[in-house]
Amino acid sequence: MIRPLSFLIVRHAILLAASAIFLAPFVWMLLTSVKLPDEIFSPDWRWLSRHFAFVENYGEAFTRQPLLRYLANGVVVCVAIFMLQLLVNVPFAYALAKIPFHGRDLVFRLVLGVLLIPIHVTAIPLYILFSHLGLLNSYAALVVPFIGSAFGTFLLRQHFMTIPDDLIHAARLDGMSEWSIIWRIMVPSAVPAISAFFIFSFVSHWNAYFWPLLVVTTPELATPPLGVIFFRTEALGIAQYGPLMAAAVIVTAPIAIAFLLAQRSFIEGMTLTGMKA
Amino acid sequence: MHAMPHRSWLGWALSAPGIIALFTLVVGPGLVTALLSFSDWQFGATSLNWIGFDNFVAMWHDETFRKAFRNTLLYICVVVPASVGLGLMLALLVESDPGLRAFYRAAFFLPVASTLIAMAVVWQFMLHPTAGLVNHVLSWFRVAPTDWLKNPATALWTIIAIGVWSKTGLAMVLFMAGLQSIPRDLYDAGQIDGIDEAWDRVLRITVPMLGPTTLFVLTISAIQAFQVFDTVQVLTEGGPNKTSEVLLHLIYSEGFSFFRAGYAAALTVVYLLVVLCLIQLQALVVERRVHY
Repeated sequence: MIRPLSFLIVRHAILLAASAIFLAPFVWMLLTSVKLPDEIFSPDWRWLSRHFAFVENYGEAFTRQPLLRYLANGVVVCVAIFMLQLLVNVPFAYALAKIPFHGRDLVFRLVLGVLLIPIHVTAIPLYILFSHLGLLNSYAALVVPFIGSAFGTFLLRQHFMTIPDDLIHAARLDGMSEWSIIWRIMVPSAVPAISAFFIFSFVSHWNAYFWPLLVVTTPELATPPLGVIFFRTEALGIAQYGPLMAAAVIVTAPIAIAFLLAQRSFIEGMTLTGMKA
Repeated sequence: MHAMPHRSWLGWALSAPGIIALFTLVVGPGLVTALLSFSDWQFGATSLNWIGFDNFVAMWHDETFRKAFRNTLLYICVVVPASVGLGLMLALLVESDPGLRAFYRAAFFLPVASTLIAMAVVWQFMLHPTAGLVNHVLSWFRVAPTDWLKNPATALWTIIAIGVWSKTGLAMVLFMAGLQSIPRDLYDAGQIDGIDEAWDRVLRITVPMLGPTTLFVLTISAIQAFQVFDTVQVLTEGGPNKTSEVLLHLIYSEGFSFFRAGYAAALTVVYLLVVLCLIQLQALVVERRVHY
């Protein structure tokens, strides 16, 4: 469709202005992360810093608090959650999609029923449970509540439904066990759904704050968002905005860069959030 | 098939870990929350009394709860239409022409893909009363500076603005997906019927065809907006003087700062009921309104 020039100009004017607002926090975060305190609070306003304090601030960010440890915790927790979710929910979804068994409809209704229950609703009893087990401040507390993913099960079940039964019958005739049918036929054919679920699961648990805030009080176990808050508590006491912004950059960067590199699959994964809610 | 008798055993065996996980981690705790809401239990207490609906009666008279409830509703009533409306407008504009399309899409989606807690800390610095970018930029337009997060008149609106910023991108990409699914023929047919003006085309073909998408986006935006917690906890802790208190943050403070688990559980029950109402409401609207 050919657009008149006036339309194109208006389009860019609106969109550029809007992107300036949407990107402002990112730009400001990056610019401040290389500023020294005297420039940050100087009455003489400048966008760019006179002194490029990259080494000072980023060095400070990494040494003042165990930032690398926070990032590593984030990876460990998110990967553990995803692996356990797969281990539990892939066979579950396969049974719901491809094995007719007594009570299946009832079980599927259970999955649909709990689809919408967020962690906030179960948090108090789960907190009591983990506290009784002596598991507060442990990786287990960060991981275990999320392994039974009704959403993951539902998503995989819908995908497995589309795989023809003949494929499974043929595999059974070839003497394949159900377990290898699941992992060698069902999983490979559902790779797009599984990778979208991986992005969804990884990003939502990387960014999660409510539950980690409740169960983790020691810095050794802090996930990236908690780490930023620990960092802020220490940095704000002495108005250390430069290193604080550097820490924010470091925590935001992994997911943001992953998004910029793989926009299409990323958006696919993130829009699953919609289906969940 | 001869294997039939074995199937039930197999189905249950494969489902068992998932069912056990759902029961112990979701259904069970959910029911315990409901039970606790009828008790006066406090974290760490060795005994509890069943007090019937006393927690809910107390809630009715609790000024903080009323504030939190009102604030949460206001938050939803502004953030949902604003982010959905803005998301629709941006989706239409970005998709209307290939120029810089990829850049715009990435720019508007970036807030969705970034860690909200880290960005909340950035916002806090941007809103710094003297060194912040926001007051500086507003001074160009002769807007008087204020301490946005500590001023009772602006705290909630600041949280709302950040909510719109962080949610618009998701609405936008959902609308983009909706736009892709509108058949091209429809525009050609429209042209034959005399719909020539671009504006006319948008209003009479695109927008009506996006009806189902819009309801879907509204539902998920409402449910997500209802979960507002992170920004409040990090930026205002519900203050000043509870002017930015929201339901989830109140549950968190009652349960985990004041250790009143029974009361927090009752608040959680109300929270869940509202979520369920939102879903029902949307389902009703969907049945009534979506037809084309």
